[in-house]
Amino acid sequence: MNRTVLDLWVGFFVALGIAAVMFLALKVGNLSSARLSETYVLQAKFDNIGGLKVRGPVKSAGVVVGRISDIRFDAETYEAVVEMTIDGRYRFPKDTFASIFTAGLLGEQYIGFDAGGDEKMLQAGDTIAKTQSAVVLEKLISQFLFSKAADGQDKK
Amino acid sequence: MARPADLLRKLGHATVERVWRLGFAARFFWVVLLYSGASFRRLPLTLREIYFSGVLSLIIILVSGLFVGLVLGLQGFEILQRFGSTEALGTLVALSLTRELGPVLAAIFFASRAGSSVTAEIGLMKATEQLKAMDMMAVNPIARVVAPRFWGGVISMPLLAAIFSAMGVLGGWLIGVVFIGVDDGSYWSQMQSSVDFRFDVWNGIVKSFVFGVAVSLIAVFEGYDSVPTAEGVSRAITRTVVTSVLAVLALDFVLTSFMFRGTS
Repeated sequence: MNRTVLDLWVGFFVALGIAAVMFLALKVGNLSSARLSETYVLQAKFDNIGGLKVRGPVKSAGVVVGRISDIRFDAETYEAVVEMTIDGRYRFPKDTFASIFTAGLLGEQYIGFDAGGDEKMLQAGDTIAKTQSAVVLEKLISQFLFSKAADGQDKK
Repeated sequence: MARPADLLRKLGHATVERVWRLGFAARFFWVVLLYSGASFRRLPLTLREIYFSGVLSLIIILVSGLFVGLVLGLQGFEILQRFGSTEALGTLVALSLTRELGPVLAAIFFASRAGSSVTAEIGLMKATEQLKAMDMMAVNPIARVVAPRFWGGVISMPLLAAIFSAMGVLGGWLIGVVFIGVDDGSYWSQMQSSVDFRFDVWNGIVKSFVFGVAVSLIAVFEGYDSVPTAEGVSRAITRTVVTSVLAVLALDFVLTSFMFRGTS
């Protein structure tokens, strides 16, 4: 086989392969949107994280501003310590409220930031003081049942 | 009285034979790596093998990738419809392709398309004593014949797997969005939000690289080790395909259990 034709075909093949990898990275994967060039780490402690997972999103006003990088259990306070990597472009005030929400009824869980009004900003490595745990469905239902039962007794 | 002893001897013989072959394969692998300098110094040798194992496998990879994507799209839509979450079709197609189906199926097609022809080529070279003739002329047959074919396969395999996955995602898009009518935006956005480059795509590429090494090694080894007769070569080709497929599936399980253990 002619050398130049062969080279051309191999070049075409390699270019096609690289194009496929780029397609998988940019169009299928989230390399383009989730490239966090400069990041800083925040921590938050929760009584109960529900079904939160590492690599889950951290959102503020619905926009993804970071990812959950680590979840640990603190054996001294019996709380869950969640470490988040936040995009360096976004700063949050000291009194930011971190809560665990669920996307949809059965969707994945994520951490939502509600910015407060403090003048001072959270620095890298800080721990968010105000947190709200995940809503556990069983607890919610049992609370509802207890309150119903209490209502019934009041009426008698 | 001789029968039990005979059976035991046969068992022992078979075991020793297997272990010996395994050891020979490992030493062969080492020698191929040792003499692979020439396949990069004389790049045309390797380029020719990339042409034969990579470019000529393109058609089967493109077509089968497209059809696997089409089937995934249809079946995935049918099942997701029951849960009222057809928007997750993109996620389903992309994750199953990049993580498992892309590397594994591409490796199996690669073994049957390119691996078998490499085995046949080397086996016939051995049967017609071309390898011996090379040795006579002080040309190392491993450096000249085996190593370029090995590296050609190793380089082609990850590219083929990526092309397969990309074609599959497009196939799923074709059936899901164009024919059935899943929303175009949610197909891609749900996919992008749940497919992670480092975790899913990169692990798939690592997998296909490992499969490439395994399939190429099996192909060149079976060819080099074949009995130099017409029957021996045909048996070696069969063994290449069977052993490659089994090795790919077994390796896939091991790699998956290391890569995707526990998390998400």
